Amino acid sequence: MRQIDPDFLELPLRQLADAALQRARELGAQHADFRLERVRSEALSLYDTRLEGAVDADDLGYAVRVVKDGTWGFAAGIHLTPEAAAVVAEQAVRVAEVSAPINREPIELAAEPVHAGAVWVSAYDVDPFEVPAADKVGLLAEWSAGLLKGADHVSARLLQVKEQKFYADTAGTVTTQQRVRVHPKLNAMKAAEGGFDDMSTIAPPVGRGYEYLTGTGWDWQGELTRLPELLAEKLAAPSVEAGDYDLVIDRSNLWLTIHESIGHATELDRALGYEAAYAGTSFATFDQLGELVYGSPVMNVTGDRTVTHGLATIGYDDEGVRGQSFDIVRDGILVGYQLDRRMALMKGLGRSNGCAFADSPGHMPIQRMANVSLAAAPGGPSTEELIAGVERGLYIVGDKSWSIDMQRYNFQFTGQRAYRISRGKLDGQVRDFAYQATTTDFWQSMEAVGGPETYVLGGAFNCGKGQPGQVAPVSHGCPSALFRGVRILNTVQEGGK
Amino acid sequence: MVERALGLSRNDGCVVLVDEDSTANLRFAGNTLTTNGVARSARLTVISIAGQGVGVVSRTAVRADQLADVVAAAEAAARDAQPAEDARALVEAGPASVHWGDEVRPTDIGVFEGFAPALGEAFAAAEAGGRKLYGFAEHSLTSTFLGTSTGVRLRHDQPTGRLELNAKSGDLKRSAWTGVATRDFTDVDVAALGSSLAQRLEWAKTRVDLPAGRYETLLPPSAVADLMIYMFWSSGARNALDGRSVFARPGGGTRVGEQLATLPVTLSSDPGAAGVACAPFVTAHASSRDSSVFDNGLPLGRTDWIRDGRLEALLQTRYSAELSGLPVTPGVDNLIMTGPAGGPAPSLEEMIASTRRGLLVTCLWYIREVDPQTLLLTGLTRDGVYLVEHGEVVGEVNNFRFNESPVDLLGRLAEVGGSGQTLPREWNDYFQRTIMPAVRVPDFNMSTVSQAS
Repeated sequence: MRQIDPDFLELPLRQLADAALQRARELGAQHADFRLERVRSEALSLYDTRLEGAVDADDLGYAVRVVKDGTWGFAAGIHLTPEAAAVVAEQAVRVAEVSAPINREPIELAAEPVHAGAVWVSAYDVDPFEVPAADKVGLLAEWSAGLLKGADHVSARLLQVKEQKFYADTAGTVTTQQRVRVHPKLNAMKAAEGGFDDMSTIAPPVGRGYEYLTGTGWDWQGELTRLPELLAEKLAAPSVEAGDYDLVIDRSNLWLTIHESIGHATELDRALGYEAAYAGTSFATFDQLGELVYGSPVMNVTGDRTVTHGLATIGYDDEGVRGQSFDIVRDGILVGYQLDRRMALMKGLGRSNGCAFADSPGHMPIQRMANVSLAAAPGGPSTEELIAGVERGLYIVGDKSWSIDMQRYNFQFTGQRAYRISRGKLDGQVRDFAYQATTTDFWQSMEAVGGPETYVLGGAFNCGKGQPGQVAPVSHGCPSALFRGVRILNTVQEGGK
Repeated sequence: MVERALGLSRNDGCVVLVDEDSTANLRFAGNTLTTNGVARSARLTVISIAGQGVGVVSRTAVRADQLADVVAAAEAAARDAQPAEDARALVEAGPASVHWGDEVRPTDIGVFEGFAPALGEAFAAAEAGGRKLYGFAEHSLTSTFLGTSTGVRLRHDQPTGRLELNAKSGDLKRSAWTGVATRDFTDVDVAALGSSLAQRLEWAKTRVDLPAGRYETLLPPSAVADLMIYMFWSSGARNALDGRSVFARPGGGTRVGEQLATLPVTLSSDPGAAGVACAPFVTAHASSRDSSVFDNGLPLGRTDWIRDGRLEALLQTRYSAELSGLPVTPGVDNLIMTGPAGGPAPSLEEMIASTRRGLLVTCLWYIREVDPQTLLLTGLTRDGVYLVEHGEVVGEVNNFRFNESPVDLLGRLAEVGGSGQTLPREWNDYFQRTIMPAVRVPDFNMSTVSQAS
């Protein structure tokens, strides 16, 4: 297991926290927490094998959050002295005081056991920041060169993040954590008579180190070898005929549908209206907890902050709550929400399930998504067996375009590619497809989920939420699954052509 | 810090950017505060050039004793880098900014001292009227310092304020939204905004259910801004030259020179435009398809992207301009759309009054690209779609998902109203400075009904 980097531990973590928390107490705060964070990121982008952009960034700072007379106050600073930390605590209290006249709901937090001196490091082998950039560029260029044999243009991108957090609060919890994530992605584009098209790799972003690019966790050579041929087939494919189809949706596509139609819909802050002016609310309102028929009986969904290599996996969240796994949908019924400490207490749900997160030291933690995953069926069918059960349908692979309304009813997704299914067998690709449905209709139409061998942990680096806007990494595990009678659009016709 | 970093540079060239940023925000929901905060940050970006290799290192909270390490890291990255294809001589120095050495004056929570009580009064008025207010107020001030080894010394101070205000009926079934851009919150009339939202909630008391289809539609300035911003972001010359965008000409080259709109609309950017002023020089923290670190410091002026309906320019670096043979037209941080020159353009109210039957949309949401070949976008209407009959709003219609291309829409505009400053709904996290008109589209594609309210 990796250790937390010594240069992070050498920062004056405790001294700054002590100064800030002490000053907040002196000024009458009922609760205060201190979070020092360093986010190291590197982005490499290549176009047609040549390096196009490279940025090596390091964001370091700290934040003090207080509850003063029942009102939040938050301030963030960058100067690493106890005196400066105390000033930031004063600013947080001042923010609470200025805000108090427009606060009508006193802030109280659910209790959490004290975790004193806890340390957690995510599961990875090779720190991507210890690999020379030239080596990484060389590997991406080699992969790009291979794809260029069958494409007009190839773009390649590698994102890497190391996130280090120190948290302390007035209850006595002190945690120190470090996690690493990587996301390589390549896209090949080719023109043909009548237009152009492109295809991206479907390898998901992961909570792993550089070993992910060198053979651990994904068959890169296999995927890159097949991609030009798949793109050529797509370019020659007929345009899809719009209408209702049975769909087998591959795990490489379904994760994003889960993210949008389940993950966001079961955030309790959304269900309670706290995101109403921005991302929206949720059809899965709190009064339906335990009763809403979200999907068919084969639908079982969990929120999980503990799964190995998950992008939202943590030891402790940004309110000092230990990571947990919990049910959201059981046998098709809504049974749980994603919570932070305030909402857990407000709705009488006991302990928070650890879903508070801030993406940087400059932002206040808000309720963010756990790894929300659809369970595979033990002993369930393979993807091929799911396809075999379809008379006329489509098999959809890889994510591409996505959009959903502000209560998470109406969605529209495309994919990297789609295959016709005729009498239980794949029958070539089609183009210009999108599937469109209402969330509960869609999940209630899910007839079968695949077995564990069809299950993959997909995900995204950059889920957006909140004002000011924050991005969060999150994984979604899922098997392939079979849906009956879903509406397919022809996107060329939608464009009026 | 800029001077010290440049003084430490030993490679062939160096660009240093310092961004001093301060923000303050209030967020509210259901007539009460939810979150708030103030934050300051300082980011140093060192761009080192060794031959044609470039290294970029960006760090926050850099102490004086760490500066040499940051410069050394950028220099090492530059020496290890492949030749950059966009490598060009650094921009030569012009006059330094007159306020180059002035103190940075950050924003703080005090910017809301007049606004917060007014917001509290709006909460009370909403409560009394059985309504709930939701929204977000943010003010930021970013001071950007740009120095280069060729002597460029430029500074830009950018204040940015935005307010989003969303009113809902007590049962949350009816919803209305408005947003304003401001430089300092002294010009924000919360009471007036709250009253206009209350009026829209009144309109919504009559509900009309309509099916999906193509409708004559009035798009207000905020919705037009969101569509035009996406088109602007998609207008990179390099992707067009590579044949992979809606602005690629079949057979090669770009569509510059082509008539896109039948009405003589103009889409432009201008750093000096009143109310939406922005940085008058290029600041590029990294190279990408549409920007080049070598262009840092290039002066920016008014650029017409579309003039009288004709595509005039695409996003260009000096490198892509050489490839395309077109003028250098880098991106600018504002966007302005105007209709035909000449007589007075109608207001949105006048456009409503001259509508026999059509939809009035408030704003668009969750806009995503479906097909880059046509720039087909999908998204949804939100917070109020109203049915207009015989010049009057007669009720609220259900929401819709749309599938439309902004490029295609330009060719189908039936009317363009007067332009004014507006806040985009979806993209205001990234792009706040727009002046847009309302437009009439005879056949906007409402693809399916959305149940969301």
